[in-house]
Order: sequence, then structure tokens, then C-alpha cells
Amino acid sequence: MIHSLFLINNAGDLFLEKHWKSVISRSVCDYFFEAREKAVEPDNVPPVIRTPHHYLINIYREKIFFVSVIQTEVPPLFVIEFLHRVAETFQDYFGECSETTIKDNVVIVYELLEEMLDNGFPLATESNILKELIRPPTILRSMVNTITGSSNVGETLPTGQLSNIPWRRAGVKYTNNEAYFDVVEEIDAILDKSGTTVFAEIQGVIDACVKLSGMPDLTLSFMNPRLLDDVSFHPCVRYKRWESERVISFIPPDGNFQLMSYHISAQNLVAIPIYVKQNISFFETGSSGRLDIAVGPKQTMGKTVECLVVTVHMPKVVLSANLSATQGTYNYDPVTKILLWDIGKLNPQKLPNLKGSLSLQSGAPKPEENPSLNIDLKIQQLAISGLKVNRLDMYGEKYKPFKGVKYVTKAGKFQVRT
Amino acid sequence: MRNALVSAENLQLTLKSDFSSEEQALTNNHSSGNEEKPSRGNEDLKEMLESNKESLKLEAMKRIVGLIAKGKNAYELFPAVVKNVASKNIELKKLVYVYLVRYAEEQQDLALLSISTFQRALKDPNQLIRASALRVLSSIRVPIIVPIMMLAIKEAATDLSPYVRKTAAHAIQKLYSLDPDQKEHLIEVIEKLLKDKSTLVAGSVVMAFEEVCPDRIDLIHKNYRKLCNLLVDVEEWGQVVIIHMLTRYARTQFVSPWREDAVFDENSEKTFYDSEGRRVDQSKPYIMDPDHRLLLRNTKPLLQSRNTAVVMAVSQLYWHLAPKHELSIITKSLVRLLRSHREVQYIVLQNIATMSIQRKGMFEPFMKSFYVRSTDATHIKTLKLEILTNLANEANISTILRELQTYVKSQDKAFAAATIQAIGRCATNISEVTDTCLNGLVLLLSNRDETVVAESVVVIKKLLQTQPSQHSDIIKHMAKLFDSITVPMARASILWLMGEYCEHVPKNAPDVLRKMAKTFISEEDIVKLQTVNLAAKLYLSNSKQTKLLTQYILNLGKYDQNYDIRDRTRFIRQLIVPNEKSGALSRYARRILMAPKPAPVLQSAFKDRDRFQLGTLSHTLNSQSNGYLELSDWPAVAPDQSVRIVEVVELAGAPLLGKSKPGKSAEKFYSDSEEEEEEEGSSSEDSSSSSSEESESESESEENSDDSNKSSSSESDSEKKKKTLKNKKLQQQKPDILNITYLPPQIIQKALLLFIMTKFFSIHIVLAFSNQFVANCRCSLLCLCVFLACQFDAVSWHVRVSLQASFPVFVPETSHELLHRMTGKGLSAQYRFTRQPCIYGNSMVSLQLTLSNSSDQALENIHISEKSSTGQNIHRFNAIERLEPQASVTVSMGVDFNDSTQAANFQLCTKEDELSVSIQPPAVGELLLPITMTEADFTKEQGKLLGMNESSATITMTPENISSQSVNRKVVSVANLGVIPSSQENIHRRCLNLTKPTFWNVIKKTNCS
Repeated sequence: MIHSLFLINNAGDLFLEKHWKSVISRSVCDYFFEAREKAVEPDNVPPVIRTPHHYLINIYREKIFFVSVIQTEVPPLFVIEFLHRVAETFQDYFGECSETTIKDNVVIVYELLEEMLDNGFPLATESNILKELIRPPTILRSMVNTITGSSNVGETLPTGQLSNIPWRRAGVKYTNNEAYFDVVEEIDAILDKSGTTVFAEIQGVIDACVKLSGMPDLTLSFMNPRLLDDVSFHPCVRYKRWESERVISFIPPDGNFQLMSYHISAQNLVAIPIYVKQNISFFETGSSGRLDIAVGPKQTMGKTVECLVVTVHMPKVVLSANLSATQGTYNYDPVTKILLWDIGKLNPQKLPNLKGSLSLQSGAPKPEENPSLNIDLKIQQLAISGLKVNRLDMYGEKYKPFKGVKYVTKAGKFQVRT
Repeated sequence: MRNALVSAENLQLTLKSDFSSEEQALTNNHSSGNEEKPSRGNEDLKEMLESNKESLKLEAMKRIVGLIAKGKNAYELFPAVVKNVASKNIELKKLVYVYLVRYAEEQQDLALLSISTFQRALKDPNQLIRASALRVLSSIRVPIIVPIMMLAIKEAATDLSPYVRKTAAHAIQKLYSLDPDQKEHLIEVIEKLLKDKSTLVAGSVVMAFEEVCPDRIDLIHKNYRKLCNLLVDVEEWGQVVIIHMLTRYARTQFVSPWREDAVFDENSEKTFYDSEGRRVDQSKPYIMDPDHRLLLRNTKPLLQSRNTAVVMAVSQLYWHLAPKHELSIITKSLVRLLRSHREVQYIVLQNIATMSIQRKGMFEPFMKSFYVRSTDATHIKTLKLEILTNLANEANISTILRELQTYVKSQDKAFAAATIQAIGRCATNISEVTDTCLNGLVLLLSNRDETVVAESVVVIKKLLQTQPSQHSDIIKHMAKLFDSITVPMARASILWLMGEYCEHVPKNAPDVLRKMAKTFISEEDIVKLQTVNLAAKLYLSNSKQTKLLTQYILNLGKYDQNYDIRDRTRFIRQLIVPNEKSGALSRYARRILMAPKPAPVLQSAFKDRDRFQLGTLSHTLNSQSNGYLELSDWPAVAPDQSVRIVEVVELAGAPLLGKSKPGKSAEKFYSDSEEEEEEEGSSSEDSSSSSSEESESESESEENSDDSNKSSSSESDSEKKKKTLKNKKLQQQKPDILNITYLPPQIIQKALLLFIMTKFFSIHIVLAFSNQFVANCRCSLLCLCVFLACQFDAVSWHVRVSLQASFPVFVPETSHELLHRMTGKGLSAQYRFTRQPCIYGNSMVSLQLTLSNSSDQALENIHISEKSSTGQNIHRFNAIERLEPQASVTVSMGVDFNDSTQAANFQLCTKEDELSVSIQPPAVGELLLPITMTEADFTKEQGKLLGMNESSATITMTPENISSQSVNRKVVSVANLGVIPSSQENIHRRCLNLTKPTFWNVIKKTNCS
């Protein structure tokens, strides 16, 4: 299936190659570079590129292109999903997935890639299994290893590989047994010029951090499970019980993982926590324009809106911005043409406002369309959909774990058209 | 031949390596002088590798792997690296493997040095080491070792560890790509592995199947139901492969569910399992094949998978296989995927685009999910636009048009242009809005951006063709715009419109031609061609005003640099200007040039993509890629459905991991089971034959089975005959009747519950056992239950504790071959289970070994070697000094199987030879030991082992079989159990104890309902 993998950075340097079958010359990447050049923006590179003898399927993540070489028919999503899994594994192992960390840990990266694929077919992609085969690097361990000459590589087959629950390693032991769940909801919305909602929906995920000894069997139930419109689960969740009882019953993997994601569609009224008043105009003469943005709270359920950021992708002709903000700081990058207004906490008494003039390239025609605003925000202690976890029960083990649930609402793809 | 191949390969390789060294030199030059010269660096590494210190070697290997990762050449270090292949340090060893796999192809001779190490490792007791040895061995692309690989694969395919078997499945593909001539042998291995019941193996072997022999659909029949049932528990990557394969399979085996008059009868379980429901008649209303339904039902939960590839695979399966009215369940899941990464969105949107052409209704409620955001990548935007256009209908067009209006203003001009095209498509498809769209487009003509204007002109041109008469003012407007537009395509479009509809704009057209005459030389070719066209048309309709202009333009065209234009000019001149040479054609010039032209149909670019299976690479690229397997059309008449019927025994083990062979070993051991399987085979044949023949063929097959089993049966012939007949009748229905439900595997961890429900009877088997035991022989126990269940038809079991061993009720006579005389160089050995308490130890099982010498020389000093390779404790028999030719001797020995069905391996030695042999306990029944206890004790002990330790099954049985005698006889022949007299008439209790402190009992209860 997957023949080879090349990692290429944003500047077009190929810094790692791995082949699972016979070696394919790196010159095959020239086709990729060609497409990369044509696309201008890295986001616009087509994910599937055809060359005379191969197919290149690539993803772009953390400023790295993961380019895989395919020779025969394969479901493209299979490859894409796998490449993302590789990137996630790197992130999991090294804290971040960047060119530097990959170069620093090239041996571990190679060992990982070797375990993840056999002859191009995924072998072990579950992080709990991989961590038993190849232990992640820590400062302490690398010191011990240099002194004692012991290695990062496990000698026995991880038990997960053979069991029905490959996601959990055996013999987990903690002194503090704890299980934390973060309910994170993101609001995807498009608001039009007048502030009416064109489209809004809520996308939620429940991230878990479970550090429990032994083989705990957990059951998580909600106060209002009917809210959830469409769900997808980590493989550990028993689908049958969700179907029949609307509870989430599972034997958790060890450590951090995403338990489920859900979707609350536009039919249920989605609360929009803020309103935006904006007035951006470009003058026909004098190569200048005006900008006036004000933000205020709308439906916040009594909580404070934090980390409020407004991003504007200005038209190319805007040279500079001369603005004043009543709260927070603004920054205009004349190269990327991005205006970034970092407001911070939203104070309902004193509404933040950004006002001033824009100067345009002289002689150029005024921009056709006003730029749309992208909003970023965060509300702690609130799931905007109203979803509430009822209780968490544990079976199969004797001890009493610490349990905790945290709610947070964020703006997802939140866009205001102007 | 092979030599030639090898040398050809070598040649290629040298070419390749030359290239890469050249390339390396290039990269070295690039990365300037701070890198040390490779040769010196390698010298250094060589020294490190040859040192005695592990840590230095490891360091060197790490640096070498770094070199490989960068694509630098390190192949001259091959000899130094290969020496470390047998290193004790596991990390060092793995890195050496990485190196070896990378360079073995280029250094074939040296690579051979390492082969023996792998061959040794293939026999290692650690499964991880066995597996990785096979992985590396099969990854070394050296054609000379093909036979060795073949042998290793065959061996690994029967390994006890499912992980090793999985590796074997991967190795099949590697060997096939190395030497396609091995195909036939590999198919045999695939066939064997397809029967594997481990979820671990399923995905990999189906992958191998797809690669090696995708056309051998017949191999799937028997495994179809098993694969469907296993699917949920297979790892996600395997799921994708299996689903794609099953999609293809289903299209060849089932009839189309897409008939207009289809009547769906889904919920009735009766139809589902009723054998009558299977014979679908063309004239009858459509009833879905239960196997078809099974596939759809078992894949549905996977729509909730977190893996986008799995969701897509299930979606395409539903798209290609499900009745149309069930399709809607995939919509939500597909829309959910749109929240995923950019690349995932791209593929999913492409597939939705194809689907939305055929079935608008599916995605219409989710229209807003396809609204474009300014931050989307361009190719995502265009795909969303495509889908929105596909979804447009009379009801929602106003919403869509409003949305499209926003897009037209986008800063992304390529996207704005695509939007205009989309508006054009909406306008042609929905006649109500044609005028609105046209007006909107005309407004865009005053847009400042040239690409937008140009695109609008092109689209307007297409729209006007549908109803030109009413729109002469638009054409006039465009004529006015002509000066300001510079994009050639747009200019050409205007010129064409002028010419085509010159009668509607009689004043403007000649003027435009006049302007064109001035600038003709500097125009683009496409504009020139249209100018010539315009001139010709005007000449015909309005020759008074334009005769001179036309002449002038034709003259310019005559000397143009482009031959197309010269050709066109020559042709037009002959056509329109009458002279003596011009023939009949010029008389028809007007009719030729001014013929009414059909309006172009604006179609989706995804119109023809549905010829490819959704979710495939070919679909994404819209062209057939290598190895694409065409999805066949539904057969008009469904092929024989009975091919998928499998033995119940096989079904039983299906959802369990681990041991793959209990069913098979049972078959070997129990003469009855053999008989049963045979019947199974014949009954499946029977089921397709008509009922009038049934009785005849029945007696025939019965005779066959009698023949084959004559020797092993102690029952009277007539009695047996009667029973077989009964059995057979049941067997015939059984595959249809039996419905086996499993609890989710997570729960099976501790207790196993197995229900076999039937239409006629319900029988309970309850097995209770301790945890320790569960770990070891869960699977085989179940097989035993089901096997018993099949034998008679109404039994209920319980397992309990007791303390005193009792005498076996029944001792089987059959013995098993341990060593064949050919392999043993004259020495042959057979073993049988005596079912006596072992004198050598409580936990041991006693065995009787018969050794015979069939050679013509006496064998000396026959004994069991001291070192036992597996962990089992074996009590050896005393060495036999001398065994004369043709003589045989019987000895007894004890083996502690540790309550598992793991084979006991040991070495049988003679003076000259060491022969490895293995004893495979045929089923868990032989590992038991009966004990005596009172009924009260029994009930007490039974009470302690309820709940999690319990396992139950229900079976059908004929009334004739329910007599306690026949039940007893059958039970004891299968397992070493004792009987406890019971006060209740219909309950038979059996107790037995396992050789370990793990005690357990079995109760058997007949329950006629």
C-alpha cells in the first residue's frame, strides 16, 4: 500500500525518507515540488498528485509535508488518515511535531515508522502499544541509557497486540488513580453583515485523561444525552450500550485520548455568545479606508468571554493601518495582510472598540469586497449546548478514583461576513 | 531463467545506486563544507561497529540510521553491519534489521550471511522474535531465498501465536511481489489463513488476498459470515480492506436491492433465518438475502468510527449495496467528516459531489454544511460550490443564489470565476431562475475585475443561446463592453454572439466588425477565428454594409502566421464569395453558417465519476489507476447461496481470539465429529437439490460416512444408522436455524455466554470455571460445548468442584500419530490419552506412547531429551535400550499441559538422531479428570461459581437423543467426565476436575421445551 514516505519542510527541503518496499528515488518528489509551486499557498496543494508511475498522497501539518508514494489502487483516505496518525504519534512522543524534533530524534522516528507499517500496511498505530515497543524519550531515560547501555526498545510483544483491547496496555499501576474529562465545544458559525446567523452548529469532543490502575471498566452518563445528534467514538466504546441505553461504557486506554466527538446540528438553536458590529469601508479616492469594529456579549449564560481575538485577512492593497483600540492590542502585518486584534477578557461594562483609518496602495482600485472577520474566543465552565455529564461509574477495580469534569466552549470556524 | 532475472535485477540496482551516489554528491555540494566527507565518516563508523563495546556499536548504528533517513548512502558498511545481526541487544538488532532491509537488495551475496540467523530466530519461543525474524526475512528482496521464505511462511501460517500468523499474511504479499511464480502456493496459504478466526489476522490476510488473488472469490464463500461477524472487532485498518473486499464480493453474489417494486421485509427474524426465504424467485417480491442483510447490519456501527477511512468505506459499501431508502444513514457521518483535516475534507467532498448528482435528497438537509468559508483552501471551496450547485432545486435556489452572490465578491478570483460558472449551471437547470441569474450576471459585467467580467461573458453567452430573441439588449450591452474587455475568451464569446444573433443587433454588429478590422493583427488566435466567423455571417446577412470589411479581414487572414486561421479564411472565402469555381456548397452557405445551434448543456464535472467505486483512488483522480478492481454489476439471478454455509463448529469460535485449531483437533480425535462434518458437507449440497431427491441422497451420504468411520465406532450398526439419519435431518436445517449471539468481547474476558437458539428446542449449556482457566482454554472449551451441543440436542451444563478422582467412564481407543516412520527414519510413535489419574503428579495428564521400529535395523537408546523446548513439565519414560526391527513397545508418560491446549514439544532421541515431536491435546476434554461427589456437594460448589464464571449455550436436539444413556455416551466420548447421580429425572450432572487446583464441574440438564 504505502510504498515510501518523504518528509519535506516548508522551504522545500526533503529531510527524511523511509521506504517500506524497494527504494524509490527521491526524484519522484519533483512532481510534488511542481504542484507545490503552482499552488502558491501550502494549503492549496492538492492532496493527491498523479505522476507517470506513482501517486503521491500528501498531508500538510505543522509546517511539514508528509508525502507518501503509492503504486496501486488504495482508498486515499486510508493513506491520509494514516499520515495524520503518524503526525499525532510524533506529537505524542516528542511533545510537538516539528522539523527540529524529528531531526533530533531521527532514530526513534525510524523505529516508530518501522513498527507502524509492515510492507506498507499499518501494523501498530495504537499509542499504548507503540509506547510498550519503543519507549518515548525522556531526559532521565536518555541519561540512564547512555550510562547503562540499556535501550528504548521493549523485548516482549505488547499484550495489547494480542488482546481484544489493543488500546490498553497491561499492568498499569498508579498511586493516585484519577480520571479527568474535558468537554470541549466549538461553535462553527457564519454571521452575515447584519449580524443574523447564516449557519451555526456545535462540534464537541470529550477529551479524557485517565490514569487508573488495572483494568477499570468505566461508564459515563449524561443528564441530557438526547442533545447529541451524531457521535463518533474511540474504538474502546461499546456501541451497543450507547444504542440501547445512551451511556458510554468503555475500558479506557491509558493516558490521554479522545473519547468521543459529537455534533449538535443547526436545528437546535445554537447560542451565539457575542455580537460584532463592524463598519469597514474603502474610499473611492485618496487611497484610504475606514475601519470600526465593536464587540459585545450576547448569550453568554452569565459567564465571561475570554481570550477574545479578532483576525481580519485584509485585501492585498491595504498597506498599513492606523487604528486605536479601547482595549487590548492590535497588530497589522503588512506582509501577510493580517490584522490581529487581541482583546482578551470581554468586559460587559466597557465594550471594546477598534477604530481608525487604513491606507491603501495609491493608484490601485479599491477592493471589491470587505474582508470577513474570524473570531476566536473561549468561555470557561460552560458547554454552550447545555450538555452535562451526570456521573462516572467504575467497575472491575476496587479502589476509589478521583474524578473530574471540565467544560469549555471555544469558537471554531466562527466567521463574520462584512 | 532465474539467473537471468537476478542479473537483470543487479543491473538495475547498480544503475540505481549509481544514481543515488550521484545525487548524494549533489546534496553534499548543496549542504556546503561543514559536513565531513562521507568516506572518512564511514571509516570511523566501521571502527565503532567492529569494537567490542555494545554502546559504541549502538551509537554507530544510530548514526547509520540517521544517514539512511537523510537518503545518504551507507552501503559500503554492509559487511561490518551484518556481523551484528545476531546481537543480544534488542535495539541494536532492530537497527541492523532496518539497515539490512534497506540494502540487502544491493548486496545480495553478503545478505545471505544473515539468513541463518533468521532461520534460527523463526524457532524462538518468544513470539515477538519469531514475528520480527519473519518480517525481516520476507523483506529482504533477494530472489535466491524465495524457497526459504516460502517454507517460513508456510510454517508461520500454522503458528500458535496470531501475531506471527499476521506477520505471515504480510509476508505473503512481499513474496508475491518478489516472485509472482509462487502464486499457486501462496494461494494455498491464503486459503488456510482465511479460515483463521483471530481478529488480528483477518485484516492482513484479506489484504494479501486482494493483492495476490482478488479474482478467487470462491475462497471467500465459506468465510463470508465469519468475516462479517468479526468485522467490528478487527483493527481499523483491516476493517477498511475487508469492507472494500466484501463490497466487491456482495456485488457478485446478491441480486440488486434497487428494484422499483421492492418490498422490504427486514425485521422479521423468521424470514431472515428461514431456509425458504433464501430461494428468491424472480417473480416474487424482492427479499434480501440474509447474508446481504448481515453485511449491512454488521457494518452500520462502524459509521461511528473515529477513523475517517472506515467511515468512508462503510459509506461506499452502503452506496453500492444498500437499498436506496436506507442510504440516508450515511449522510450524517459523511457530513461529520467535513470537520476533519483539510485533506480528508477534500476526498469526502469529492465523494459527496458524485453522490449528490444522483441523489440530491440525501444531502439537501445539510446544505448549510457546504457553505464556503473565506479561510477554506481553493480546491475545497470549488468542491463545496460544486455540491451546492448539485443540490439546487426550485425550493432552495433562492437561498443558494444569495449565498453564491457573496462568493462572487470573494478575493479569491479563481473561486469567484467558478461561482459564476455555478450560477450559470443553476440558471440552465432551473428555468424559473434563468432570468434572475442572467440579470445578476449582466450586473457583474460592470465589475472591475476582469476575470469576473470575462467569466460572466462566457456564461452569459451560453445562457443566451437558450433564448436569444428576448435578450437583444443584453447583447447590445455586451457590444458596448467590447472595448474594455481584454480577456481573449470573453472577446471571442462576444464576437460569436454578435455573429450568431446579428439579426437582433443589426446596427451594432457591423460596427464591432469595423473595430475588429483595425485590431485584427494584434488579437489572439481564438479572437481572430471568431472575427472571421463574424465577418462571414455578416456578409451573408448584411452584405451591403460589410462587404468591404469582410474582404479586408479575409485578406488579413490569408496571410496570418497561424495555419488554422489561414485554413479557416480560405474555407470561408470559398463558401461565401460566389465565383465561377465555387460549387453547390456556396448556395447553402447561409444554411451552413446560420444553422440553429443547440444550446450547450452545463454539466457537473462529477457527472461521469460514478463509473468508479466511491472512496477509491481512481475515483479521486477520475481515471483508472493501477490495480483498480472493477465493481461488477449485480447478477440477474443470485448464485447459489448455500456455498456460504459453514459448520456450526466453525461459527462457534468465530469471535474469540487465540487458538485457531481446537475445532480441527477435535475433528481428528473424535470419530463422531468427523462423521458430522462430512454430513455437513453433503447436506449443504443437498439443500440445493430438490426435495424429492432428498431422501435418496441422504441415505447415500450416510453410507459414505459409515464407511469412513467403521473402524472407530463401537456402536451397533443399526443403532448408529438411525441416529445419523436423525442427526442429518437436523444438520440440514441447522445452518439456517442457529443464531449465535455473543456478548461484546470485553465482557467475554471473564465469562462466556453462548446462546444457541432454535425454533424447536432450547437447550442450555452452562460452564462455570475459574479465572485462571478462562485465560487458557476459553476458546477450546466453547468449541467443546458447541460440539457437544451439536451431537445431541438438549443439554445444559455446569461446572463444579470436587475432590476425589473417579474412574473414567469411557476410554477412547483412538490413538494419534506422534512420529511417522518416514520422518523418524524407521522409528514411529503413536500416543493416546489413557484418562487415568497420572501417577507422576497431580497436574499431569497421562499418556500412553507406542513406539515401533519399522526399519530393518535395531534402534538403540530411545529416550526423551532432557531439554524441553516449551515450558511444559514432562515426565519422561525410561530409556529403551534396544528396539528390534518390526518390534514395538508401549510406555507411559505424563505431561503437564498447564491447563492449556498449547502443544507439548519435546525431542525424541535415538542413538543417532534427535527428532522433535509435539503432542497436541485434541480438545480440552482430555485435560479433565472426573471426580466423585454427592449431589449436595455438587450444588454447593456450583453455587460458588455462578455469574462471571459461567458460560451457557442452548442447543437443539431430537427427542430420540434425550435419553440419559445416549447423552452420557456422547458426553464421555468427548470429555473425561464423571456422572453424579441426580434426584431429578431430567438433570444429569457431571463433575470433573482439572488437573490443577482449578476445579470445575459440569452439569448437564435436558430441557425439553
